[in-house]
Amino acid sequence: MKRGLALYATAVYVFLHVPLLILAVFSFNASRFTVWRGFTLYWYQAAAADRELVESAMNSLIIAVGSTVLATVIGTLGAYGLWKRGSNWLAGSLYLSLVTPEIVTGVSLLAFFQWVFRFLDLRLGMHTVILAHVAFSVAYVVVVVMARLRTFDPALEEAALDLGATEWVAFRKVTLPHLAPAVAAAAMLAFTISIDDYVITSLVAGVDSQTLPMAIYALARRGVNPMLNAVSTVVIVALGAIVLFSERLRSA
Amino acid sequence: MKPLRSLFLAPAAALMIVTIAVPLAIICFYSLLTRGAYGGVERPWTTENYRLLFDPLYGAIFLRSFWIAAVATALCLVLGFPLALFIARSGSRKNLYLSLVILPFWTSFLIRTYAWMFLLRDTGLINTGLQAAGLIHTPLPMLYNDGAVILGLVYGYLPFTVLPLYATLERLDKSLLEAAADLGSPPWNTLFRVMLPLCAPGIRAGAILVFVPCLGTYLTSDLLGGSKTILIGNLVQNQFTAARDWPFGAAASLTLMAVAMALLFAVRRQGEELL
Repeated sequence: MKRGLALYATAVYVFLHVPLLILAVFSFNASRFTVWRGFTLYWYQAAAADRELVESAMNSLIIAVGSTVLATVIGTLGAYGLWKRGSNWLAGSLYLSLVTPEIVTGVSLLAFFQWVFRFLDLRLGMHTVILAHVAFSVAYVVVVVMARLRTFDPALEEAALDLGATEWVAFRKVTLPHLAPAVAAAAMLAFTISIDDYVITSLVAGVDSQTLPMAIYALARRGVNPMLNAVSTVVIVALGAIVLFSERLRSA
Repeated sequence: MKPLRSLFLAPAAALMIVTIAVPLAIICFYSLLTRGAYGGVERPWTTENYRLLFDPLYGAIFLRSFWIAAVATALCLVLGFPLALFIARSGSRKNLYLSLVILPFWTSFLIRTYAWMFLLRDTGLINTGLQAAGLIHTPLPMLYNDGAVILGLVYGYLPFTVLPLYATLERLDKSLLEAAADLGSPPWNTLFRVMLPLCAPGIRAGAILVFVPCLGTYLTSDLLGGSKTILIGNLVQNQFTAARDWPFGAAASLTLMAVAMALLFAVRRQGEELL
């Protein structure tokens, strides 16, 4: 029984990890077909020389950094505010943003932006993508920071207040240092969600704000391409490193 | 209430109003309007968009989405349960085994879907391998069908069932299983009559966590299902882009949202936390 389970678990782990491993292995294949013809870094060079890919990767980085900073600040303050004083409707709308199907979030934001543009002389672009990313990642930040706040003793903050600190100083000097690992973990989480999103981004992006997932998607729809394997491998390794690091911070 | 405390909440509250409340309200209005000549929306007010959802053509898309999401959810539960059991019983290595489930989940959904395109296509590794081994002569059509979509969904969402199932199995009182065995219950009987009923909260949570995103899937069906597999998500996306019928797209997305909310509510009513 026990050995059967272990065997089964091994099979599932193979199922979960081997497809990505194969994808990575064939990014080093000298042939563009699925037959091994020797080791090469050609596809990595090709990807790095592809202007569209590089440009979209830069856009993705700008969007991810911008939305991560905003989502982390808003989410951390929000979690702290909710912890001090519950707000059913805010907690409810954060929950709603977590469970709304992506496609619905995407089209409703698109409809909203187009409606706003009736009154403002603006168009879809980096700013709309950043706002959309902040919108869907802030709830994740709140969840992660909130988990850490639950382990924080409110008496510590009250002590600071009793000793004459203002509320803001008590938050910054007492509570925030305790939250720091969770805030960092939340930021990395927001970053990975932002850099990975395709469905919502593709709906609210403008002509000048194509992101890396959009470029990958366009290439994937045209069929398999070893250059895509190379890009995927870079993304997997980078995201994997971020996730491992953030897990470590969260359990710290 | 001190004013500063509200200030902490203010940015998040403003964000939620601007990006959740107002957009959903707009979608509600649009779903009751008429399609404009150049893609926008116009008056008069109408419920035609909702009625159109019951048209056999669109009804079939909804049914098919439900069917694919249900199969994917069932597979995730059946495949996830033994793995969750294995992890719950693996002692000091639990965290390692859990991380191995979670890690691929955080590596780009899009890339994981592409990985299956790479494996399943006619000239992919599986077909090339089978042909080289002489087992088949013409490539098996594995990509661009419902099976490929279900495979992609199971691959993507399996962690969503493993985690809640693990959480309930971890808390399971082992003496109940021992009692069943002592009273002469064979293992299969214990599994179905004792273990699974005790795991009901985890099964429900896992089912809902997989079913809701699967029902609204867009990316998986588009890449692995090709143009043949149109699901609700693709329908909505298409109405807002190529077809330019925003009112109908709005009605379809609100319906999708209502189904998702109803399912979540049904589970939450029993006092279980999903998050």
